[in-house]
Amino acid sequence: MTMIFGVPLAVFMGQLTLGLVNGAFYALLSLGLAVIFGLLKIVNFAHGAQYMLGAFAALLGFRYLGINYWLALILVPLVVGGFGMLMERFLLRRIAHLDHLYGLLLTFGLALIFEGTLVNFFGVSGARYTTPEALQGGMNLGFMFLPTYRAWVLVAALTMCLFTWFMIERTRLGAYLRAGTENSQLMQAFGVNVPLLITLTYGFGVALAAFAGVLAAPLYPVSPTMGSSLLIVVFAVVVIGGMGSILGAILTGLGMGVIEGLTKVYYPEASNTVIFLVMILVLMLRPAGLFGKEA
Amino acid sequence: MNTAEAYEANEATDTHSLEMLRVQDLHAFYGESHILHGVNFNVKRGELVTLLGRNGAGRSTTLKSIMNMVGRRTGSIVINGNETLHMKPHHIPRLGIGYCPEERGIFASLDVHENLLLPPTVRSGGMSLDEIYGMFPNLYERRKSQGTRLSGGEQQMLAMARILRTGARLLLLDEITEGLAPVIVQKLAEVLVQLKERGMTIVLVEQNFRFAAPLADRHFVMDHGQIVEEISAAQLPSRREHLNTMLGV
Repeated sequence: MTMIFGVPLAVFMGQLTLGLVNGAFYALLSLGLAVIFGLLKIVNFAHGAQYMLGAFAALLGFRYLGINYWLALILVPLVVGGFGMLMERFLLRRIAHLDHLYGLLLTFGLALIFEGTLVNFFGVSGARYTTPEALQGGMNLGFMFLPTYRAWVLVAALTMCLFTWFMIERTRLGAYLRAGTENSQLMQAFGVNVPLLITLTYGFGVALAAFAGVLAAPLYPVSPTMGSSLLIVVFAVVVIGGMGSILGAILTGLGMGVIEGLTKVYYPEASNTVIFLVMILVLMLRPAGLFGKEA
Repeated sequence: MNTAEAYEANEATDTHSLEMLRVQDLHAFYGESHILHGVNFNVKRGELVTLLGRNGAGRSTTLKSIMNMVGRRTGSIVINGNETLHMKPHHIPRLGIGYCPEERGIFASLDVHENLLLPPTVRSGGMSLDEIYGMFPNLYERRKSQGTRLSGGEQQMLAMARILRTGARLLLLDEITEGLAPVIVQKLAEVLVQLKERGMTIVLVEQNFRFAAPLADRHFVMDHGQIVEEISAAQLPSRREHLNTMLGV
């Protein structure tokens, strides 16, 4: 059997895939956080809860309305994103002129309310969301067994990341967003409806989280707390990548997933902390993050 | 009827109205500080006027107040027949106004071409990209560069160029010659002459009086948040010495 540094190839590749899949979630979530932070300057602590809402919406939509996975993949981000826009319009906008810390507190409070409410109705144990039939099973690649759903998650998440990158870096709307991030007052003076741009941006960031939630539903137990445990890691990823670039958020997300996955192979005890160790190192060497712009 | 249509209708029916901008008893506040104390002036269509004065006299604040970029304003600002005091900031430029801020406001995350295309079109009849690149050949050569990698002069030209594309007919230009080499200041003067020939109305906040004097139809001197004097181009030669003492040059 082929060995890589004393580990069977199949185990190595298996963990690598697992790491990439986790990394894809980190990338999607940190991307949304970075987009929101860029324009609203709010650290969106509700991001994990919005990811969880995405997974729950998929689960409940299937259970009560018979909405299948593929439809959920489109509908849920729209619904949860729309809900996010309402949050921005009626709550976040009211405190936009205050210190950014208030935005953090408000979103954190909202996250607790969402989680608490769902715990009240569904408990914390979590429910299973059945993998859609077309994506069940797996492929034998010879050196490892690749579950189809994980491969799909990787492809779907990366496609969404690239779509987001394209929207922001290559379209006119994206140019508004980038410019608004730098100087929103001047954008208003050019006639751009910045408040609307802010609402749409927040909604888009939330929709990304909800999309990740739907992708995650068949993979992890759908429970009200599934987001809060993930969010801490995602914040570490954002700190490592820096707030400067969209591509940076994507690459850092994937990279951290892989590092975490490989740590599970070679030194499992550290797998939960390795990302935070990297974060400490990065903060010491490049305080603005790997892809961030030095202030 | 939205504001842009109101503007068009107004221009069509009101051809005898020559007034582009009328500012009356304008007070402006940043938080607790009262910056403008009753500013009064008007600008006719096709006119180029300057706001002169020492630093802190309230010239830039006057432009910002017109764009609704300050905290609180009272009084009246009529642009082409539309009272704008209670308009939202993003509706005001759609009356056909282009604003060029003192700090130029070139976006670092956009390249030169993107910076140029950024401001939305507010009216038809703006300059085409070819015309703009013809007027500013340097910008064409550097169109792929990051906006803030340009020299100060090139950035200033970019800040001017991008509002010419939008079809704005009233330009508010804040200190466009500040810190620039004489050859570039000369170029900007030529540009302003061309814009005037195109019928643009221009309000120029200027420190460099030698630059502004031959271009302007009228000069408004500001002090302590008020217009203290109006000097026409014809009066200028006789008032020059007086003006120099007032401006402290």
